[in-house]
Order: sequence, then structure tokens, then C-alpha cells
Amino acid sequence: MRGDHQTLALVLFSVFIAVTLGITTWVSRNRHGSAEEFYAGGRLFSPMENGFAIAGDYMSAASFLGISGLIALFGYDGMLYSVGFLVAWLVVLLLVAELVRNCGRFTLADVVAARMAERPVRTAVGASSVTVSVMYLVAQMVGAGSLVALLLGGTSGTARSWTVVGVGALMVIYVSFGGMRATTWIQIVKAVLLMAGAVALTVLVLVRFHGDFNALLTSAAERSGHGRDFLSPGLRYGESWTARFDFISLGLALVLGTAGLPHILSRFYTVPTARAARRSVVWSIGLIGSFYLMTIVLGFGAAALVGSAEVRASNASGNTAVPLLALVLGGGEGSTGGTLLFAVVAAIAFATILAVVAGITLASSASVAHDLYASFRRPGAKQRSEVGVARVAAAAVGVVAIGLGLLAQNLNVAFLVGLAFAVAASANLPALLYSLFWRGFTTRGAVWAVYGGLIPAVLLVLLSPIVSGSPTSLFPGVDIAFFPLENPGLVSIPAGFLAGWIGTVTSSAPPDVAKHAETEVRSLTGAGAA
Amino acid sequence: MEKEAGPDAAVMRLDDPWDETTATGWGDPEGAGGIAADGRSRPAGQSGLSAAEIYLEVQSSPVFREVRRRYRRFVVPATTAFLLWYIAYVIAATTAHDLMARPVAGVVNVAMIAGLGQFLTTFLLTWAYVRHARLHRDRAALELRWETQEMTRGAGR
Repeated sequence: MRGDHQTLALVLFSVFIAVTLGITTWVSRNRHGSAEEFYAGGRLFSPMENGFAIAGDYMSAASFLGISGLIALFGYDGMLYSVGFLVAWLVVLLLVAELVRNCGRFTLADVVAARMAERPVRTAVGASSVTVSVMYLVAQMVGAGSLVALLLGGTSGTARSWTVVGVGALMVIYVSFGGMRATTWIQIVKAVLLMAGAVALTVLVLVRFHGDFNALLTSAAERSGHGRDFLSPGLRYGESWTARFDFISLGLALVLGTAGLPHILSRFYTVPTARAARRSVVWSIGLIGSFYLMTIVLGFGAAALVGSAEVRASNASGNTAVPLLALVLGGGEGSTGGTLLFAVVAAIAFATILAVVAGITLASSASVAHDLYASFRRPGAKQRSEVGVARVAAAAVGVVAIGLGLLAQNLNVAFLVGLAFAVAASANLPALLYSLFWRGFTTRGAVWAVYGGLIPAVLLVLLSPIVSGSPTSLFPGVDIAFFPLENPGLVSIPAGFLAGWIGTVTSSAPPDVAKHAETEVRSLTGAGAA
Repeated sequence: MEKEAGPDAAVMRLDDPWDETTATGWGDPEGAGGIAADGRSRPAGQSGLSAAEIYLEVQSSPVFREVRRRYRRFVVPATTAFLLWYIAYVIAATTAHDLMARPVAGVVNVAMIAGLGQFLTTFLLTWAYVRHARLHRDRAALELRWETQEMTRGAGR
């Protein structure tokens, strides 16, 4: 990665930043400062716009660079991720999107707390939402730092630190000044760029092989050094039973966690009706599905055209597979085409990170202001001040994320994404599904479901080999690794559902029948929807 | 009325977001009967019921129960099926190496077919769900929505 790439990539980065800041300014021209506008963009986005924004919110740099890289290194086992990330959307479509749109106003806690004693439930769901968001955010910020360092060749610590600070500052500006409307448009722009980039590279790969998928797979298998084994599962997750259970655990977390991610759920409030929410999910399933199909072509293409060994030599976890592939497709090192494609890919990856962190920051500021602050504030405070709190909360979340990002920037925090999905699946999803579908669910059940999933998930990670006990741990000197798996989902997801059930059957207060009727009628018909 | 998510953005824009009010016909047989199917029909806003009582009444009405039944009859089997299919796939991919490595056509093996099959079933189920909701649920649900809102308009909470 030489000087030409860097200059061009930096120019493209700057253009994207200028465009997004332009969007933010343009959007905040005539804002009214209502909560509806700040959290939900006025609820007037069309299903297509929202579908693109959801896709832009969901497809992180980890999927663009990470999954293709895993496929380039481990062949089929990388594909397992793409499948999990896509199938998860069926849970969202069938069980969550429409009902959440009908019942809630701005956050996940709105839906769960509607049937319950408001304060404890709102606090619990708000706390777990903020936890999920901050984990995801820190992973993205650290990823941004190493990505920029990787793509621009500068491995100095200063460049990384400034990237983390810069990304943090930008996301706070987008969210505080532009709210949901600016965030949504940034995500739409990013989704279009990402799809266009992926389509262009996929077409170039397929043209190289004259449209013959079989030939692509054959030469990928040959150049990978693994032969036929490259095309079947087992290279990464087949060595031991621990590795197998670890992947099963991660697979469960991916599929069930998406429906509990606060920044995904809050996107459904930006459309006017439940039917529009359904249609946005259809758009996003189409976009996300075709995107992951393309990452498969890109991953095997990188293995075939660049070679697994070279990808590994450039970056041990494969994150440079797609940029290297772009270089080869454009004509190789030093050619104009190669330089151009490389810079474009780098800029798209950067845009991806900015759009994702903006979405998460907005969702966590909503959880802080609408759930946590609102349940502790003195009665009688006006709604206007809640948006003010949310803007400040966005800045606070940004500061926390920058701080944690700087602390963690030399650590391998890729596990945080899997952990965020696991916490979402163990704490948020049980509370959400029970309150939508279980007549007898009570306040105590809701609180227990959230903490009963959140606490085991976090504890099990603290006791896992990620934190201690092996040379690659965060603290290699200590050994408190009693739990063998890196992802807690296999244990903590059932724990969350079980805790919610036990809390409900042991609670002394009976369920509120009338509130259940209201939730059920509203969720399925949309009566009284905001 | 509603389009499948297609590329024709212009059409989508046209019938969205407020198309429901115009595109959904009143008085079609699907939603006929209303909430007070037992003949206790009252003028809107003068029912004298609290919002809680209204929601309880709507919940026990045959029309609502039919909407709920149709939703659940689709969603419960479909969710069970795709979750089992996904879990079976993940378990097979991590444990049944020989089965997954068996070649089918050229270098394409069982694992590749199963993986692409997951994509295909996801797309198919999405299409089936949207179609089912549009044909069997939307109209009745929308009428219930207006009726319920009419009833709750004057009610104290």
C-alpha cells in the first residue's frame, strides 16, 4: 500500500465526511426539537428508504472485510457467518418488526414496559440496551482505528488514536445535530455505496472466471493450499469439540440477537405503519441477502486471485482480503485501475464504519434519555428537555466510547461483536418475546428475564479464555477461565428465557389482564400506534 | 394494491405511506361483522367504557381472534421450521464433516448446497410471509384498528 492509494483514499474519505456533514447541516436547518423528530425522524421514511437504512445500519465493516477475509483464509467456514447474519432477519420479520412498530414509540423498553410496572422494567431494559450498544460501539471504534492504519499503511499508534477520536467526534456531531433524520440519510448513502462497491467487485471476479462458479471454486481450492477441504466445513471450527460448541453458541447468538439489537429495533419507528415496517424488512432482507451472497464470491475470489497465503501475510485475520482483491482486479500493484479500486474499497469501508457507529450512538442516546433518565427524572419535566438530554447523552456515549476505544485499541476486541449479539439475545429478546406473546408475563418476570440473561452473559465472558488463561487473552497472566467457550450464548440465552419464566411463575402480583389485552390488540392491529 | 418489494421506487412512493386508508376497501367480506359481532353495536365515543374495557372487548371479539389465529397459524410453524433447519445446518456444518464434504456436481458439495439453500429458504419464507399477511391479515387488522380507535376516542383511561 503505497503513497498513491493513501492520497486518493484520503481524498475519498474527506469527500464522504464532507457529504455527511452536509447532510447533517441540511437536515437540521429547520428542526423543531421534538422527540418524534429526534428519535424517529418524524416517522415519515418510506419502506425502501428505511430498508436501505436498515441494511446500512446492519452491514458493518466486519461483514464487508471480515467475512470475505475469513472465507479467503478458511474457505467454507467463513460462509457460516453470512448464513447466520441473514437467517436472523426471519426472526425480525416474523416475530418482531410489525409488533414492535405498533406497540412502541422510540425504544425497546417502550414495548416491554407498556404492560408492566414502568420504572423497574424500563431501567432494566434501558441498562441492557446501553450495555449492548456500548459493546458494539467499542468494537467498531477499535476496528476503525486498525482498519485505517491497515489500509493507509501507517501502523503508528498516533494515527490509530486520532482515528478513534475522529470517528467518535463525527458520530456525536451527526447524532446530536441531525438526530434520526441525518443518521438515516447517512446510512442510506453508505448502503448504496457499499452495494455498488460489492456489485462492481463481484462482477469483475465473475468476469475473470467467465461466469463459471465451478472454475472459481476450483482455483480457490487450489491456491488456498487446502485442496478440496477448503470447500467444506471444518478448517476453522472442526478441530475440537470446544471449537464446535463455540461456533454453535455464536450461531445461536447471531440468529436470535439481531431481533434484540436496540439500533435495529429503533429503525422500525421511522416508518408510519407496521406494514411499512414489514416492507422495510423485506427490502433489507433483499439487500443484506444479496450482499452476503456477494461476499461469498469475493472471499473465494480473493483466495483464487490473491491466494490465501498472501492474504494471511498481509493481515492475520484476513481483513485485507477485499482491498487486495480490488488491487488485483484493477490491474495489480502500481496500475491506475488497481490504485483507484483499492482507494474506493478503503473509502467504502470507512463510510461503513461511520454509518454504523452513528446508528448505535443514536440508539444508545435514546436508551439513556428515554428509558434511564426518564424513569429517574422528577415528574413534570417537559418533553422538550428529553431531546436536550438525548443530545447530551449522545455526546456522553461518544466520550465513553472514545475512552474505551483508546484503552482497548491494542487488544483484540473482535469478540465484542459476538458478545453484543449474545447479550441482545439473552437479555432483550426473552423480555420482548414474552411481553408480546405471553399472557401471564409479569413485571418480575420481565426484570428477571433481562438481568437473568445479561448477568450470566457478562460473567461467562469474564470467566472465558478471552479474558484470562491463554497466551492470547486480554490478561494472559491471570487464570480464572472456568468457562471453555468464547461466546456465552449457548448458556446465557436459555438462562434469560428460564429466568423470565421463573420470575413470572413465582411472582406474587398477578399479570395485568387489561394491559395484556391492550398490548395484544395494539400489536396486531396498530390501534393507537404512535 | 401493495407491491412486492421491487425496484420500482416510484410506485412504492405513490402507494406509501398512507395508501392503506385509500387502497383498502371498506365493506369487503373479509372484515365484515365488526367488533360487536353479537349485535351490541354502539355509536363511537359514547360507549361509556374505559379504554381498558374496550381493549378487553376487542380482544375477545371473533374478528380479532381470527386475525390473531391467522397470524399465529403462519408464524409459529414457520419460525419452528426455519430455526430447526438453521440449527440442523449449523450442527451438521460443525460435526458432520464427511456428509457435508460429499460432492454433488463438479466441486460443489453438500455443504455448499445447504448453505445456499439457507439463503434460498430465507428469501422464499420472506415472500410467503408477506403474501400471507397481505392476503389474510392486513384488511381485517386495519378495520379493527379504525374501529378500536373510534371506540377509544371518547373513552377515559
